[in-house]
Amino acid sequence: MLLKLAWRNIWRNKRRTLITVASILFAVLFSIFMNAFQKGAWVRMLDNIVNYYYGYAQIHQKGYWEEKTINDALELNEELWQLPSNIEGLEQIIPRLETFALLSSGEHTSGMMIVGTNPKAEDQLTQLKSRLTEGVYFEKSDKALLIAGGVKSLLKVNLGDTLVILTQGYHGVNAAGKYPIKGIVHFASPDLNKRMIYLPLEETQDLLGASSMATSLALRLNERDDLESVMEQLKTQLDTEKYEIMDWQSMLPDLVEAQKTDAAGNYIFLLVLYLIISFGIFGTVLMLVKEREHEFGILLSIGMSRRLLAFSTWLEILLMALLGVVFGMLAALPLVYYFKVNPIDFSRYEDMAENYEKWGFDPIFPTIMDASLFYSQAILMLIITSLLALFAIWKIYKLKPVEAMRE
Amino acid sequence: MSLITIKGVTKTYNPKKIPVHALRGIDLTIEEGEFTAIVGPSGSGKTTLLNIIGGLDRQTDGEVFVDGVNISDLSDNRLIDFRKKKIGFVFQSYNLIPVFTAAENIGFIMLLQNKSKDAIASRVSDLLKSVGIEEQRDKRPSQMSGGQQQRVAVARALASKPKFVLADEPTANLDSKSTADLLDIMENLNKNEGMTFVFSTHDQRVIDRAHRIVTIEDGKVIRDESVE
Repeated sequence: MLLKLAWRNIWRNKRRTLITVASILFAVLFSIFMNAFQKGAWVRMLDNIVNYYYGYAQIHQKGYWEEKTINDALELNEELWQLPSNIEGLEQIIPRLETFALLSSGEHTSGMMIVGTNPKAEDQLTQLKSRLTEGVYFEKSDKALLIAGGVKSLLKVNLGDTLVILTQGYHGVNAAGKYPIKGIVHFASPDLNKRMIYLPLEETQDLLGASSMATSLALRLNERDDLESVMEQLKTQLDTEKYEIMDWQSMLPDLVEAQKTDAAGNYIFLLVLYLIISFGIFGTVLMLVKEREHEFGILLSIGMSRRLLAFSTWLEILLMALLGVVFGMLAALPLVYYFKVNPIDFSRYEDMAENYEKWGFDPIFPTIMDASLFYSQAILMLIITSLLALFAIWKIYKLKPVEAMRE
Repeated sequence: MSLITIKGVTKTYNPKKIPVHALRGIDLTIEEGEFTAIVGPSGSGKTTLLNIIGGLDRQTDGEVFVDGVNISDLSDNRLIDFRKKKIGFVFQSYNLIPVFTAAENIGFIMLLQNKSKDAIASRVSDLLKSVGIEEQRDKRPSQMSGGQQQRVAVARALASKPKFVLADEPTANLDSKSTADLLDIMENLNKNEGMTFVFSTHDQRVIDRAHRIVTIEDGKVIRDESVE
């Protein structure tokens, strides 16, 4: 009966109810879409950045990340090779041996980063092969290099030319070698494009005198969402005194900060939106209380308890909000789905696309379909409405039946 | 024991600013089964007295006993519960819940008393019959005449089987025919079921039908007469 009373009461002033419901609907629709768009764009960016080179997590010898020196390389033992079999959600480990070296060709010399890696595994993690612009992709047994496009112009070399590598190997050993250029890859990030040199892992280990060693193990996961569980399992299975296990957040703190800043901007925007909507709903609550003061007085006179009257009024306000929330979610669903399937694509705007690519991002912004986006807005709206309904409840508890009936 | 006993009741509005003395020491007893009219000119204190008897307002001084309970001692919540169980109210402007049908308006108070659905349905049917508006049971107040609405209000007042009904100017908004019909209904309920009615009124048609007339002027009882 109370539900019936509340439901019928909200339709006593249809126009006001529809305006209130519509304002809640738009707030919910807009906030869900904004969040879905923002989170979708970030997930895509993250995939771009993480899959560009780092992977979602890495394992190093303890202390490597701080100094990044080859002397802190780890030994690729059986325990590490067996990790994919022992850890649920971990698809593959990609060992890399990374160091800085001088590369020269003719009269041109420059400092570069040498990455010794398994060609096939590297491609599976970072789609390196897809970045090939000239030549062919390198093989595990090759004694040849893949160089970034920027290196080609810096050292004035071409496909098939030989590059000389000069560096310091493991524990100070002199390392020097000559390798032909087998392929050229392009990185959108200017920084990576002018310094990346790829060599097969075994060849790099021979060159640097670091047999069976790697500076990092990049991890390929079954699903992005497996990260937390994989990290927990790694921390229990590996000796954390010996190894450092880092997720992308610890390796890329700047990215986390950028994401937080972006999210904070979004929250401020949504806060303003919800404030505006809250004032609208509060107006409705005020009118509702004022209009019904007389009726509240009658209900108290005939014996309805203040608690029940307050509950019925709260229910009435909540029902109104619920209508807005449900319709808002229903309206958001196809919209979010549409932009998930057909993301906003800035690649046709060259300047904008180039700008994004420089940072390693695709200029494509999809939404994300995540149930939490929907129910979090619903819960938030219901909390706001319940808080605003406190005013009506307070008025009911203060109401004097005789005075109210004189209204 | 009297159903209602009022001892030295005073009521002063705005006691600290400009005091308005609505009641100036009322002593009154009403027995079960009475059909009493409280009469007097506008501003004499009729409604204030009814509000105090009904526990809707509190007196400044004095004591009010209803069915043996000193209602001045009851807390706000206990008083609401007391009203629900013991007192039926009929108001001048009917004061029905506009979103409920006649039947729902009558049954609502029983629902507040946690009565079963069957008990409510049966009582509502009986009451609709006794006030002669069975065919209006599914109509909302806006679809009924003033007379019909006031009959629903009387039925609502009786729904919880109260000890007595307080009616504040119940006929003020009714035409002669509706007034006569309503008075017939209340008189029958009084005669056949022994229901106690206390009216405030200055409607001569009601005064003519009352069995006891208590006249108030300037907040004092100036006459109290039984009519045979």
